[in-house]
Amino acid sequence: MEQTEERYPFHNTFRIEGGNFTHAGSVSSQVKRILKEERFPNSVIRRVSIATFEAEMNVICYAHWGILTLLVFSDFIKVAIDDEGPGIHDVDQAMTEGFSTASDKIRELGFGAGMGLSNIKKVTDEMVLTSVVNQGTHLEFMVKVFS
Amino acid sequence: MKVEDLVKFFGLEVKAGDGQLHQEVTGGYVGDLLSDVIAHSLRGNVWVTIQTHPNIVAVASMKELAAIILAGGREPDPETLKKAEEEGIPVLISLLPAFELVGRLYQAGVAGIVSC
Ligand SMILES: Nc1ncnc2c1ncn2[C@@H]1O[C@H](COP(=O)(O)OP(=O)(O)OP(=O)(O)O)[C@@H](O)[C@H]1O
Ligand SMILES: [Mg+2]
Repeated sequence: MEQTEERYPFHNTFRIEGGNFTHAGSVSSQVKRILKEERFPNSVIRRVSIATFEAEMNVICYAHWGILTLLVFSDFIKVAIDDEGPGIHDVDQAMTEGFSTASDKIRELGFGAGMGLSNIKKVTDEMVLTSVVNQGTHLEFMVKVFS
Repeated sequence: MKVEDLVKFFGLEVKAGDGQLHQEVTGGYVGDLLSDVIAHSLRGNVWVTIQTHPNIVAVASMKELAAIILAGGREPDPETLKKAEEEGIPVLISLLPAFELVGRLYQAGVAGIVSC
């Protein structure tokens, strides 16, 4: 038990390049690997992976660049993503299933269903999305380990 | 019905995940927009798509899907196959276009996500 207390919390940060589809998904893969190594329950790993994947893809699809911070506590996982980019005019509209401003090019690559943010909402225990137009977007979410 | 039954019955080409074909198939989902598949596919489903990049494996793994079937004879990217072997996700190819493939899968008893 004492060992557990020393081990957590820890954090990692990752840089995400907007428009770089070649390495799309690599940050969420790394996050998944870290949580696997920590032996968190599969359901927790899956939920964090899905939310992280969606958040990473949004930075790649819409922003210039961003930083993703993974915070690992023994009883919850928190992820924060800050990007510099166009921001979101209407956060409620963006959260609506099916709403998307994705270009044809993005859609061809398999993104732009307008489901990403609602997927994040569905798989996490807490989610906060704030944005300033022409500056950037802040998203954070939390998944409890025992729920 | 298992993934290997579909492979035999539909003459699918196995490109990755040879060792995972014993998985039971719970149904199917078709789509080329990843977040839609994340939202609606169910564990153990086979996923019919024409997307070939590595993120299809990430999606299949996160959703615990039984297999990815690439329709229309699409060839997966080499990176996709590498990731699929690592994650143990079968990647299969059908020469049939998605519509024909899904129709036949359905006829063969692979249900959709709506039980009616
Ligand atoms: N980081 C961001 N910066 C700017 N706009 C964003 C950002 N994230 C989301 N948006 C806006 O919100 C919309 C909805 O996002 P959401 O992730 O729900 O769907 P999508 O990205 O369009 O499609 P999908 O996620 O299904 O591939 C986007 O189309 C975009 O207009
Ligand atoms: Mg999205």
